[in-house]
Amino acid sequence: MDWLFLIEVVLSGLGSGALFALTGIAFVLIYKATKVINLAVGEMLMLCAYFFFGLTTALALPVWLAIILTVIGGGILGGVVERALIRPMLGESPISVFMVTVGLSSVLIGFVELVWGGDPRTLPNFLPTKPVFIGDAYVSPKIAVCFLVASLLIAGFLLVFRKWRGGVALRATAADQGAAFSCGINVPAVFSISWIVAGMATAGSGILIGSIGGISPSMGVFGLTVLVAVIVGGLDSIAGVLVAGLAIGVIEALVGTYLGGEFKLFVTFVTLIIAMMIRPYGLFGTIEIERL
Amino acid sequence: MRISSAHETYAQAESFLDTNVQRVMLLLLFAGLVVFPFLADQYWIYLACLVAIHIVGTTGLNILTGYTGLISVGQAAFMSVGAYTVAILEIHVGTPFIFNLIAAGVVAAGVGAIFGVPSLRVKGLYLAIATIAASFILHFLYTNGPSILGGTQGLSMPPARLFGYDFVRPFQLYWLFVPLTALSVFAAANLFRTRIGRAFIAIRDRDISAEVLGIPLLKYKLLSFALSSFYAGVAGGMWAYFFRVVTPESFPLIYSIFFLAAVIVGGMGTILGGILGAIFMTVIPELLKLLVSYMTFIPDATAQLSPIRTIVFGLLIVMFLLFEPQGLAETWRRIRRFFHLWPFKK
Repeated sequence: MDWLFLIEVVLSGLGSGALFALTGIAFVLIYKATKVINLAVGEMLMLCAYFFFGLTTALALPVWLAIILTVIGGGILGGVVERALIRPMLGESPISVFMVTVGLSSVLIGFVELVWGGDPRTLPNFLPTKPVFIGDAYVSPKIAVCFLVASLLIAGFLLVFRKWRGGVALRATAADQGAAFSCGINVPAVFSISWIVAGMATAGSGILIGSIGGISPSMGVFGLTVLVAVIVGGLDSIAGVLVAGLAIGVIEALVGTYLGGEFKLFVTFVTLIIAMMIRPYGLFGTIEIERL
Repeated sequence: MRISSAHETYAQAESFLDTNVQRVMLLLLFAGLVVFPFLADQYWIYLACLVAIHIVGTTGLNILTGYTGLISVGQAAFMSVGAYTVAILEIHVGTPFIFNLIAAGVVAAGVGAIFGVPSLRVKGLYLAIATIAASFILHFLYTNGPSILGGTQGLSMPPARLFGYDFVRPFQLYWLFVPLTALSVFAAANLFRTRIGRAFIAIRDRDISAEVLGIPLLKYKLLSFALSSFYAGVAGGMWAYFFRVVTPESFPLIYSIFFLAAVIVGGMGTILGGILGAIFMTVIPELLKLLVSYMTFIPDATAQLSPIRTIVFGLLIVMFLLFEPQGLAETWRRIRRFFHLWPFKK
């Protein structure tokens, strides 16, 4: 057993786990505020990555400006989707709303293929290439940067939810929409804001993921793995997403190295089934109690 | 306008079709189905066979999603179980056609029931995610499982044989598929006139109330999963006989979404909806292909066909949910009502 190698694998797993957690926040935010599982998160992420690609290559904008514009674009995308597709479905069965997001993901894939073609592309390299060592363990510089950025963003999100009035409003809405509304909270605005912030989170993780592994119209599959992490952690729990995201990242890295890449998705989904059998509402999720 | 019919006996009231108009319509439909392959060309018969397969799959999913209220994104995965069962039986055992299809249904029902177990603890969207897992887990087993499953290469199988006669071309398979499809649709329509079907509907409307009324949820939810997967398995078996090559890539997740879309577009919880949805979702992409082939003034139009199809597929789902949530079955009902009330209401 090569301990150093094991540690390196775990570290790279933590790196991708941080990305799972960052994307997972988008799922949780949307679910907390609007009780929608947005299957199109992966595809929104893909569209943002392509948007970034277009800004940096076709328009040749500097990277920092492109990043800002992409994050704003992600926010607009989230807001538009909420207003145009999700708001009219308010009060419909969860299955219907879920299917709307499934349809949306298909539209986004088709749109990207239409505009940029189906071939995989690489984003311009703006991350450092100097190898990073933690102790003796080598970590790929891209993954190290991604871990740092993702952790900073997550910390920022957490702080905002604790301190900012809008964050408090979001938590109040998640707890009880009627009560929140009667306390003067503009619940529809909370819906919009949660989707906008979720769109921004997907934009951020889209750029990071794209710069590690390149972009392609099928990169939205990433969203499914994130969804597993979110379900394992509990759909309405930010803490759950952080823990489960990192855990799934490490599990995937270990499995991918020691068993082979084809086992990754298999083990991820077996984990999901087992987790569902043991704790159906996730590690930290609230158990739904039905009243008659 | 149509005058409603008065029932004089219980047998009349319980009959499957209660008016003569319906009976005549059904006979006309059957006559049309018999004449169709002699009039249409090879391509449209091919499409008709595909539609028949999709109707079986969609009706199966409708039992689960439309009538029992359990959402599943694994219909294509359960179809693949049926397809592999048929392929293996044809290659290694050589059992007769009908037996293979039933075996495909039974095996798929078993697998479906296994993946249905989470439905006992979780509901709604959590369940949808669990069935997505079925898709990936089964795909992994096909590519990395025992060599009898053929690995990534998949399996090639001989054509269907019945009474010493090979069924290869769509024109031949049409005569097997259409009766099978009619039979399975008829069975599903009758299911909801029985105790089991009524129990499914009760579970959909309010599962706790159903339990209180004495419907064991455990048994009936699993039964619904098994029945739905049985249909998927039979559809998968038909699929295998139709294409005669079964690979792990034949049944991607998007194919499961296709079935769910067909159920929604057609109309959840109606037998007619399953049929209309399957026809609509199968034929629309082909019509798009025709449309694009006429647009010669746009350079490279055919190269853009695949993304346009993807977009239209998504738009259909979204638009139907937003503007016609009850699906095509509701459109159909509205048209019928218009003609029933015709001279009075314009």
